[in-house]
Amino acid sequence: MTGTTVIGPAPARPQARGVRVRGLRRAFGDREVLRGVDLDLAPGEFVALLGASGSGKSTLLRAVAGLDTEATGELDVPERRAVVFQEHRLLPWTRVWRNVTLGLSGRGRDLRARALQALAEVGLAARADAWPSTLSGGESQRVALARALVRTPELLLLDEPFGALDALTRLKAQGLVARLWRRHRPAVLLVTHDVEEALLLADRALVLAGGRIAEEFAVDIPRPRPVDHPRFTALRRRLLAALGVGADLGDGDPRDGTAAGRTAPEHTDDTRDDPQDDAARQETR
Amino acid sequence: MSPPAVTSGVPADLIRGAPPTSPARLLAAAAASGRRFAGLAVLLVAWQVCAAQGMLGAATPPPSQVLATGVELIRSGELPVHLLASLERVAKGLALGLSAGLVLGLAAGLFRLAEDVIDAPLQALRMLPHLALVPVFIIWFGIGETAKVALITIGPIFPLYINVFHGIRGVDERLVEAARTCGVTGPALVRKVILPGALPQILVGLRQSLGIGWLSLVVAEMTATTSGIGFLVTDAKEFLRTDVVFVVLVVYALLGLATDLLVRAIERKALAWRRGLVAR
Repeated sequence: MTGTTVIGPAPARPQARGVRVRGLRRAFGDREVLRGVDLDLAPGEFVALLGASGSGKSTLLRAVAGLDTEATGELDVPERRAVVFQEHRLLPWTRVWRNVTLGLSGRGRDLRARALQALAEVGLAARADAWPSTLSGGESQRVALARALVRTPELLLLDEPFGALDALTRLKAQGLVARLWRRHRPAVLLVTHDVEEALLLADRALVLAGGRIAEEFAVDIPRPRPVDHPRFTALRRRLLAALGVGADLGDGDPRDGTAAGRTAPEHTDDTRDDPQDDAARQETR
Repeated sequence: MSPPAVTSGVPADLIRGAPPTSPARLLAAAAASGRRFAGLAVLLVAWQVCAAQGMLGAATPPPSQVLATGVELIRSGELPVHLLASLERVAKGLALGLSAGLVLGLAAGLFRLAEDVIDAPLQALRMLPHLALVPVFIIWFGIGETAKVALITIGPIFPLYINVFHGIRGVDERLVEAARTCGVTGPALVRKVILPGALPQILVGLRQSLGIGWLSLVVAEMTATTSGIGFLVTDAKEFLRTDVVFVVLVVYALLGLATDLLVRAIERKALAWRRGLVAR
């Protein structure tokens, strides 16, 4: 092996000022989803969080985002943080640019200038005055990204942001996130089902299992990362193994019944509120 | 080109059809409004003919006579005076009733405590046909204006209350959460997320409430009054002036129509973001 992965429970990093989580617990009724999670993110570090469905990835992200008041444990998280959810969650009754500046204070003209700048970064300045319902799925998600960026967050939380996009749009969106991260350097916690996505974007990939961070992989492929870098294969194999998927998917002998096709993003919660979205999904960028 | 355009009850036809301002589209629109008026015209002509033939009984005036009487009532200033009196009652009653419905609905929708206190009594009162309160109101408030305005106040409260309440509770929790992560809380959250999200439902309630307001007016003016278009009807009945009765009926219809157009205009303006409402 290449010796590039660190396998073991909690990462033994020096105390970073990014994110520090210790002993995070969260139970839903009798089911304990998080059983003492330790998590560290250095400032500017890009970390992907993987795990099987129901392993508590999103629960962990929501706790870090401060959206879960019932999680217990020690949380040290930057004040300036922003979240992008799987659904775009734009306010449909508010024009695109006002969605971007939602919650920011300042004079109207300044706000609009900031919104336009953020929208330009995601290639959508021309749609600033559109209603969100006229955007395609990919465009909506880019606006959601602009809404996060305009806050210049120290911590960006991405909860399967591309899960509901088609494969081509997803690739473009991933490229966009990589560029934006390089330019602005927030710490990023990306929750994803997609092993490829994690390897393409993250410095480290964490696997959540049994309510804890079970394994950690350093992804030290130089950036910008070509999709066909030879080191991907080995890393992908090991990540998949950590996720309980055999390397030979065609073999039909997964270790558990749910493993087949794990690399494909799941659409278990396709809750976009926009019925005509599929028709308008094509990206024209 | 006209046959498919004229019969286009099917939305797909219009979506795929000609661009918005093309002659074909304008023709289709003209044909549509033409159809709508055609039905009304047929009804009026049939009424005129049947009344002239005496088929509707001696007491039913033809539309031409109703129109003539209407013009006469306007000229004499009788109709405007009574209409103004009625409009004043409705305006007072609706101002009170709609405010109460809105405030109660907001309170119950936003605060669990208010819901517990407000909802049960209001639901109980709602089941009571409010027009049955006429005798009670006369006992409480006398036969003056107060009883009438009170009756017009009480009816519109419930539809607006219920729709505001459920509109607020139906707002997408995920949008609220997203707005919170953007730092929008408290009154700003209500103003920017909760109220706009509840607005479609609130407007449904407004429409129902206005309808009930007019209905209450009719009933309120049936008894013990010397002004208002309801009085005009009662008075005309005494003198067997069925033409005047019909004039007032037409006025009621026009008032209802005007209210509906008003709410529609509000909807078109306030709900422009909804894809389903794009004009077609």
